[in-house]
Amino acid sequence: MSFSMIGSALNGIMPVILVTLAGISCMLAEALRQRDERMPIGGLGLIGLAGAGATIVLLWGHNRESLGVVVADNFGLFVQFVLVVIGVLTILCSPGAIERDRLPAGEYYALLLFAIAGMMLMAVTRDLLIIFLTLEVFSIAIYVMTGLRREVFASTEGAFKYFLLGGFSSAFFLYGIAFTYGLVGSTHLDRVSAVVSSQALAGNPLLLVALGLLLVGFAFKVSAVPFHMWTPDAYEGAPTIVTGFMSTGVKAAAFAAFARVLFSALEPLRGDWAPVLWVLAICTMILGTVVGVAQTNLKRMLAYSSIGHGGYLLVALVAGNDNAKASILFYLLIYAVTNIGAFAIIALLGSREKPREYLDDYKGLWHTSPVMAGLLTIFLLSLGGFPPTAGFVAKWYVFTSAVEAGQYALAIIGVLTSVVSVFFYLRVVVMMYMSEGGAAAEVPAAPPRTALVALAVSVAVLFYLGVLPTRLIDLAASSIRSIL
Amino acid sequence: MAVVPILSLLIALPLVGAVLLLCVRNRDHERDGFIQWTALGLSLVEFVATLWMWARFDPASAEFQMVEKVDWIPSFGIQYALGVDGISLFLVVLTGFLTPLALLGSWQSIHKRVKEFCFFMLALESAMIGVFLSLDMFLFYLFWDAMLIPMYFLIGVWGYERRIYAAVKFILYTMAGSVLMLVAILSLAHLHSTLTGSYSFSYEAWLAIAVPRHLQVWFFLAFAVAFAIKVPLFPFHTWLPDAHVEAPTAGSVILAGVLLKMGTYGLLRFAFPLFPDAAAYFSPLLATLAVIGIVYGALVAMVQPDMKKLVAYSSVSHLGFVVLGITAMNIQGLQGALFQMLSHGVSTGGLFLIVGMLVDRRHTRLISEFGGLKHVAPKLVAAFFIITLASIGLPGLAGFVGEFLILFGAFRWNVTFAVVAASGVILSAVYMLWMFQRVNYGAVTNPKNEKMADLSTREKWVLWPVIAMAVFMGVAPWVFLNPMKPAVNRIVARMAEAGPKKVVEKGPGPIFAGEDMRMGPGPNSAGTR
Repeated sequence: MSFSMIGSALNGIMPVILVTLAGISCMLAEALRQRDERMPIGGLGLIGLAGAGATIVLLWGHNRESLGVVVADNFGLFVQFVLVVIGVLTILCSPGAIERDRLPAGEYYALLLFAIAGMMLMAVTRDLLIIFLTLEVFSIAIYVMTGLRREVFASTEGAFKYFLLGGFSSAFFLYGIAFTYGLVGSTHLDRVSAVVSSQALAGNPLLLVALGLLLVGFAFKVSAVPFHMWTPDAYEGAPTIVTGFMSTGVKAAAFAAFARVLFSALEPLRGDWAPVLWVLAICTMILGTVVGVAQTNLKRMLAYSSIGHGGYLLVALVAGNDNAKASILFYLLIYAVTNIGAFAIIALLGSREKPREYLDDYKGLWHTSPVMAGLLTIFLLSLGGFPPTAGFVAKWYVFTSAVEAGQYALAIIGVLTSVVSVFFYLRVVVMMYMSEGGAAAEVPAAPPRTALVALAVSVAVLFYLGVLPTRLIDLAASSIRSIL
Repeated sequence: MAVVPILSLLIALPLVGAVLLLCVRNRDHERDGFIQWTALGLSLVEFVATLWMWARFDPASAEFQMVEKVDWIPSFGIQYALGVDGISLFLVVLTGFLTPLALLGSWQSIHKRVKEFCFFMLALESAMIGVFLSLDMFLFYLFWDAMLIPMYFLIGVWGYERRIYAAVKFILYTMAGSVLMLVAILSLAHLHSTLTGSYSFSYEAWLAIAVPRHLQVWFFLAFAVAFAIKVPLFPFHTWLPDAHVEAPTAGSVILAGVLLKMGTYGLLRFAFPLFPDAAAYFSPLLATLAVIGIVYGALVAMVQPDMKKLVAYSSVSHLGFVVLGITAMNIQGLQGALFQMLSHGVSTGGLFLIVGMLVDRRHTRLISEFGGLKHVAPKLVAAFFIITLASIGLPGLAGFVGEFLILFGAFRWNVTFAVVAASGVILSAVYMLWMFQRVNYGAVTNPKNEKMADLSTREKWVLWPVIAMAVFMGVAPWVFLNPMKPAVNRIVARMAEAGPKKVVEKGPGPIFAGEDMRMGPGPNSAGTR
């Protein structure tokens, strides 16, 4: 293949390079832009992401190694693909939201692309240190994006909280890496795996300390209870479209690295980390859904809902069998499409004067904006796991793997909490369809066509994968063989 | 293998029609009429298609017929598998029968969002038929859950004052039960894979594996609770009065006519045959709850001031009979249960239609607001009367056959249950006739009733089929009983060989003249005797 002649060392990180280049060109474009010139900066990002998507397809199945620390295996590439989808959807839904919130377009797109690049690298790397670096790359970009609306108090507050707690958790994570290095003499996962499974460290308490510190770092990034405190504030404070991005992208990247570290390097310690994650999963599912019920702010509600969805992914981590690993991939993609869709609609419906973040703002939306109401309904039903949307298949897949692993308690709590979550998803539906008049009497501005097309395609994909998920399931199942 | 995938067509036709209707531009209600007629036409075509299915059905066979099987998610052994047998046949026909009536019955009471109303009605029909025809548990669960959404919208958008509360209660109650069934389904599929080496969600494959007894208990509980909530069996019935009362007429008709039957259908089709040992163990408990439901529902119905609530509680009572018939697990009990499902669908559907007509006229459901309607609307009262009698179970009308068979079957199993349940028959006469009397007889006390219009042509078209069906089912029950028999026999045989409760089928004589004579010498009818 001619592609392999480009330069073997960089093959594996080609998608990351392309996205980074796109980010840089966004920055340059912003710098070269005349003050009032309108420039389709997002288009540059789309080009970069499309290129990344194409290289992912080319790299598929080749397990290209790069620089000793990256192996572009199918598992990582699948997650990269999810991240590309997240990026494309976010960019397509951004224009209206950017203008409304008066976000600086150049910075916004550049940060977005750098964050995606960091996440993508995180998904394919096999070195703890690179995981840390990428974690910081995308975290810092997202801290800034959270605080982009400088004049809004909540935005600053959210960014500051996220930054402080994020820095704190990064320190934990780094400390965990340091311990691991001290014990093993390397930060490479293959090496860690070899040493841990050789039983040379059996009974060494420092190993458990290292494990615990790494778990805290990851748990923070996937906002598992009790490390979720930053989530609602950051999600509420960030510009809504950024919330959609961070709620999906961070989860996808962090779960990919989490799964890779647990299933490859730390698999011999399953007896130690599985019970911890078991407790975390249960707490996360219950708190995410039960507290979600009490929310009146839609963004906060979806923040708790995304905590709950993190809990379902943790269930799959605990289950840990082949179906569980595949279900993580499947779930991440479906969750990404659905959640971005829901947040994008909130972002597009709001105006500068009326952000439409509260439940009451959705009263009678069906009458004023039936299309948006319909789309939001489908996204919410998919989040709630109703057939025939893909959300159902995703949950079914996770719970199948839990049952297969004998984790009946997790499966039962999982399905019950998803009923609780249906309650608050349906509250929005009640507002839109069954309550008359209210604040929605004023017709929201028509969303940009690109966003509408992106959302319509998302909905079509959700239905398609809800009815015919076979191919994606098989693809996910075949992707996990290379996780080690 | 059928040449024409008729079962898929039955599921697809309403759904495709619904989606196409959704594409009609109807911003200012200018096409309301067109949409209503199209929806009605579609549902009528669907009804004819269900009749076509019945015509092609071989009544002598106990096997699933017109089976369609396509691999769907092969890595989990999930198939798109449809089939119809004597148990599901008439439930599908009933669905086809009631949907056009429900649409026609709400022709004038639905003013807002007509397009979406028709969409949800047709989508609901699709999902309901899918539930009855699925032979794959994944597919079954998909339809089972998907059906909740249109019903939720029908209650929540077009219902009465407390519609939101009722809609949310309906969906949460039903989901809470059904998700546990989902875990059980997943566990069974996993069990299948540990026993045979491959995943399967196929109903027939599950029938073939021997589920260990200690697991059966849990599986049965998970399934039975999900279905018991749907039935609704006492004490899981509290969602039903709210949903029934707050739903629009069409919603109530479908809810009472078809949705409740999904619970009893699920018990009969899945919970009992899949876990026969556990079923035998839990039968007395279920029967006790059913009998409590019969008496309790009747007593509560008696004191209701609200007509819709009265009919709703009468459903609790009538469905108690159905569950009792199922727990008896003999041919009479099961046939009676199946027949009662149909007759209850027709008679209670009819009652809700009539109450809906009264509500359309007076915008109240309170019995005390009416009185002496016989003088102002004699035709309506006549129809009301026939349907009331059918609901009570007057011999010669639909209700009698089912209740009689159930009581007969229950009597052969356990005399106590039969005796207590029989009191429900008397009580049903008390509450129905008392309500009928208060609404229709006496002098016209409320001046608002003096100008009440009698049946319009449209309403006659709604009620005629109901009355005709009630009479037909009453005088010619074998038309329905005979095709059920082979499938029922098969279940009874399965239960008899598994459970400790050895029911010896002594081959009782034909209960209704012609029942056995009209049945061909099928191998199954001879084999199980």
